[in-house]
Amino acid sequence: MVKMYLNSIFTDPERTAKLIEIAKNSLQPLLEGAIMNTIPLTIISFIVGIILAVLTALARISSVKIFQIIARVYVSAIRGTPLLVQLFIIFYGLPNIGIIINPFLSAVIGFSLSVGAYASEIIRAAILSIPKGQWEAGYSIGMTYSQALKRIILPQAAKVSIPPLSNSFISLVKDTSLASVVLVTEMFRRAQEITAANYEFLLVYSEAALIYWVICFFLSIIQGFLEKRLDRYVS
Amino acid sequence: MISINGLYKQFGQLEVLKGIDLNVEKGKVVVVIGPSGSGKTTMLRCLNVLETPTKGVISIESQQLDFSKAVSKKNIASFRRLTGMVFQNYNLFPHKTALENVMEGPVIVKGESKVAARKKAQSLLEKVGLGDKIDYYPAQLSGGQQQRVGIARALAMEPEVMLFDEPTSALDPELVGEVLKVMKDLAGEGMTMIVVTHEMRFARDVADEVIFMDGGVIVERNKPEEIFTNPKEERTRKFLNMIQ
Repeated sequence: MVKMYLNSIFTDPERTAKLIEIAKNSLQPLLEGAIMNTIPLTIISFIVGIILAVLTALARISSVKIFQIIARVYVSAIRGTPLLVQLFIIFYGLPNIGIIINPFLSAVIGFSLSVGAYASEIIRAAILSIPKGQWEAGYSIGMTYSQALKRIILPQAAKVSIPPLSNSFISLVKDTSLASVVLVTEMFRRAQEITAANYEFLLVYSEAALIYWVICFFLSIIQGFLEKRLDRYVS
Repeated sequence: MISINGLYKQFGQLEVLKGIDLNVEKGKVVVVIGPSGSGKTTMLRCLNVLETPTKGVISIESQQLDFSKAVSKKNIASFRRLTGMVFQNYNLFPHKTALENVMEGPVIVKGESKVAARKKAQSLLEKVGLGDKIDYYPAQLSGGQQQRVGIARALAMEPEVMLFDEPTSALDPELVGEVLKVMKDLAGEGMTMIVVTHEMRFARDVADEVIFMDGGVIVERNKPEEIFTNPKEERTRKFLNMIQ
């Protein structure tokens, strides 16, 4: 099988030309899917997710019992159920009780909730890793809890959480392919549409995979840059 | 100007302060000595409410906190501004330069303009001998330099009283002198100071009064020349014999 496929590519000039043609023609819709949907979906979900994560982390470490409980249940529920199932519930399930949400927004909600739960644990750990003396130093110059949090603790916690949060971000880029099942025409759904017409699964899906890889590669470069920048004061 | 009345502090079952009464007049330097676990650091931390006393009344100038009742966060915050705290481990903000460390309080808490705060911070850093290090991050400074930034940071809030919690205990021996000199200068300017320390020379030279604490109470208080040469209490004598 493998041999036949490779043979057909390399020995049959017509076939080769056709595949190159398909690859070329696919590139534009795939990139369109990436730029119009995959990337915005990732960025919006991540920003909303991080806000949710910070709030959840603060709730977890707060002294108010009810906040702690809400945060715990939320994190447990999201981490304990598959993302795919969550997306199905939001997009296909909620209409049963009259809540109809469009595909893109459904995906944003699903991914944000997911990022919020996972990243909250990262942020919580980062906040707890900042020595108690930093809070005290803030309080000793008259700061309130929120001033100390905003000015002293979170900036230091941010630095600690850059590597694991970058991981979450890169995972999210790839997870957005799941949005294809709730009809968001992101890159992977575009790939499915293309293959439905020409049956060149291996070629087109590989091409999509390559684009994901390129995006993630650039993200990891940005991560390195960020880490270096935030590291400047510990040298 | 500072008065502490019937101060108690309990951590769980452990009673650390068992009724402290203390008055400190304006401009005086009081050095607190005592074995570890005697409650001296806890007393200091109660003074700026980093620890909440179990009961007791503390007043500084015209502000008073009575801990047998509930105390509001707002009152604590405004009370804290009367005191400047210098920590054993400096606790500088590592993500801010020396200058930014000193500016932070005036700008964020007092709402001063950045220009004015910068000017003040700069002159405070010059005062503690770090005029050439203002743009350094804490990690780039020695322990003694960091502690002097810590003092400048506390001074920037223009406190009524400066609290020092073993300010030289974490320092290498050769760096202790530069910090003590800054503290000595400060005392010379008439700053009210309460200093928890093991530096007996400093106590002898600078203190108006030395307080010996043990087991959560003040055992003895006297002028330094008296307490060091002629301690009245047996426990004081034992402690001084052990460290000298």
